[in-house]
Amino acid sequence: MAQVLLFFYIIIMEVDRVEKEGFGVLLKQGAEARVFESNFVGRRSIVKERFSKKYRHPLLDSKLTLKRLNAANFLHLCSYQEARCMTKARRLGVPTPALYGVDPLLHTLTFEYVDGLSVKEILLDFGSNGINEEILDDIATQIGNAVGKLHDGGLIHGDLTTSNMIIKRDTNQLVLIDFGLSFTSTLPEDKAVDLYVLERALLSMHSSCGNVMDKILSAYRKSSKQWSSTMNKLAQVRQRGRKRTMVG
Amino acid sequence: MYYNGFGPESTLRKLCPNELGQQWRRERELAVKKTLIAVGFEGSANKIGVAFVALDGTILSNPRHTYITPPCHGFLPRETAHHHLRHLLPLLRSALSDAGITPADVDCLCYTKGPGMGAPLQVSAVAVRALSQLWGKPIVAVNHCVAHIEMGRVVTGAEDPVVLFVSGGNTQVIAYSEGRYRIYGETIDIAVGNCLDRFARVLTLPNDPSPGYNIEQLVKKGEKFIDLPYVVKGMDVSFSGILSYIEATAAEKLKINECTPADLCYSLQMIDCAQETVFAMLVEITERAMAHCDKKDVLIVGGIGCNERLQEMMRVMCSERGGKLFATDDRYCIDNGAMIAYTGLLAFAHGMTTPLEESTFTQRFRNDLEEQYQQQTLALKLQSVINLGHSCCGFNFRHDRVQSWSRAEHLTSGTGSPPHSQHSAARAATKKEKDEQSDFKIEKKGTGKPFRSSRKGIVLDSGF
Repeated sequence: MAQVLLFFYIIIMEVDRVEKEGFGVLLKQGAEARVFESNFVGRRSIVKERFSKKYRHPLLDSKLTLKRLNAANFLHLCSYQEARCMTKARRLGVPTPALYGVDPLLHTLTFEYVDGLSVKEILLDFGSNGINEEILDDIATQIGNAVGKLHDGGLIHGDLTTSNMIIKRDTNQLVLIDFGLSFTSTLPEDKAVDLYVLERALLSMHSSCGNVMDKILSAYRKSSKQWSSTMNKLAQVRQRGRKRTMVG
Repeated sequence: MYYNGFGPESTLRKLCPNELGQQWRRERELAVKKTLIAVGFEGSANKIGVAFVALDGTILSNPRHTYITPPCHGFLPRETAHHHLRHLLPLLRSALSDAGITPADVDCLCYTKGPGMGAPLQVSAVAVRALSQLWGKPIVAVNHCVAHIEMGRVVTGAEDPVVLFVSGGNTQVIAYSEGRYRIYGETIDIAVGNCLDRFARVLTLPNDPSPGYNIEQLVKKGEKFIDLPYVVKGMDVSFSGILSYIEATAAEKLKINECTPADLCYSLQMIDCAQETVFAMLVEITERAMAHCDKKDVLIVGGIGCNERLQEMMRVMCSERGGKLFATDDRYCIDNGAMIAYTGLLAFAHGMTTPLEESTFTQRFRNDLEEQYQQQTLALKLQSVINLGHSCCGFNFRHDRVQSWSRAEHLTSGTGSPPHSQHSAARAATKKEKDEQSDFKIEKKGTGKPFRSSRKGIVLDSGF
């Protein structure tokens, strides 16, 4: 009992501190949120703050928030949804940062700081300094495995770009971050679009690394049980886009 | 007689309204003497434009003419081609007289190779072939998309932006990465301009000056927001769902005899919400591309780029991210000949021409197809050329290179290299080493004939 009370006391102190000092150092501004580096009860942590989209018509914004969350139209539920997806991914065996806390008033999530380089930085480095095939194969296999596990568990990441994957410095383990656009679905269409986003991200930023996507997909085939329907759908999704084929 | 988009005293680089006619004329005379001049023919959609542009960025003339159809009609390829045929030569004459030059002053003929409608594209391609024979000048084929981007960049001075290219036929989010432009997101069915044009058709709005402009003037921001399909898939968007929805519901309400004011009001509101929704989708994918490639600025090009609501939304988004929005007005956003001439001239200044037998056109001219990365297409080369150009203080650095193989009168009339050109050339040389992987080679000084055509550079026909 005393421990629980102590824990709450610490949380309250944290909230006070945040109110006084702000979230910490701004690391990056993503499409949906701002990310700060901070300190949570003595540990290095990441604070992620959602912001609303001011450019949208307010009613459209709240409608989209509603639709994407299957919940009431409050910004803090984004954070709940994201927290839920992160923990679900962990249950499915995909490494994600440990969640420390959710603040519904400030619309923030606090989670573990993962020390390491993002896959984007590693691949860009390969692009300029030559490719280390061994590391590249390892990364591709880990990505394929992780995405396969997510999809089999009915979870769609929604924003699979190379900047949302971190390789831990000490263990070389792949950690997936940013579940801000995640949702649950078992439809092959959603899975295929998820993979297609990854493919486009690889092609647009890392085409000098050779065909990483093939390696990822072969690992995905091994780890996902429903790979066949997803692959068929992926072939269809690739055909979309203007002036790609000679049809139409 | 023709709308001259640029006015006499404007130049590409500095649009200084205070520059008066006389000074402009003097500058133009200097420009004509010193630098290369290109003529550009743009006719990929319902606009035909002819422009004369000098290498230092001066636009000598830039008239264009738009094929305007009656309300509720789009432009069909055959009629549009007829329109272009009728207006091309008068436009060329007026452009020549506006610019005050003779065909002998022209160094190369640039035209839109694609993408666009087949028949209208054919008009400028054929005209350029004929003129090339008549005047004895080389041809340069230009990709329409690249021309839009380069025009936007040079007019606004944007360094390294994420580009949103939105027009009647294209919707793409493009950014520069690893040596060339790459498409991050795009529409998976119809283009945004096409979608807006069809909204205008539902309301039977006139097509003059353009349907999208008329929608923009008509719609008023309503309090009520109508729920419409919002489709963003990854970094791609889809507009066909929202279009069918509007056509099905609004067309029902607007049946000629039964249309009440309330119905009309509702339909107008719906179109307003549709415009709002469509633009929100575009801003969202742009924001995602920005987050992905760590860029702060946005440049909007293409015909829809002059919509003020889109610019306003994008400006809000950019300011939230600490970036800047670069946008232009209708003179540069909408298809024009100057963008073709300018882009083609940059390519020409680096020794690239298109042989007569390969001066064809193509409706599908994608420049990002994965399978074709290995092939060195003209479009890709062009992009590396242009980036090379921009990284080296704009235009001037090329004088010393250009002179080596341009014709004698340019050699003799040149007043020596500007002081910074040596430095720029050195920078160009180091940049060239970096660009070696893209297999782009600057023609060596003193080698080769004038107007040597680089055969390797023109692998265009297959697959596009």
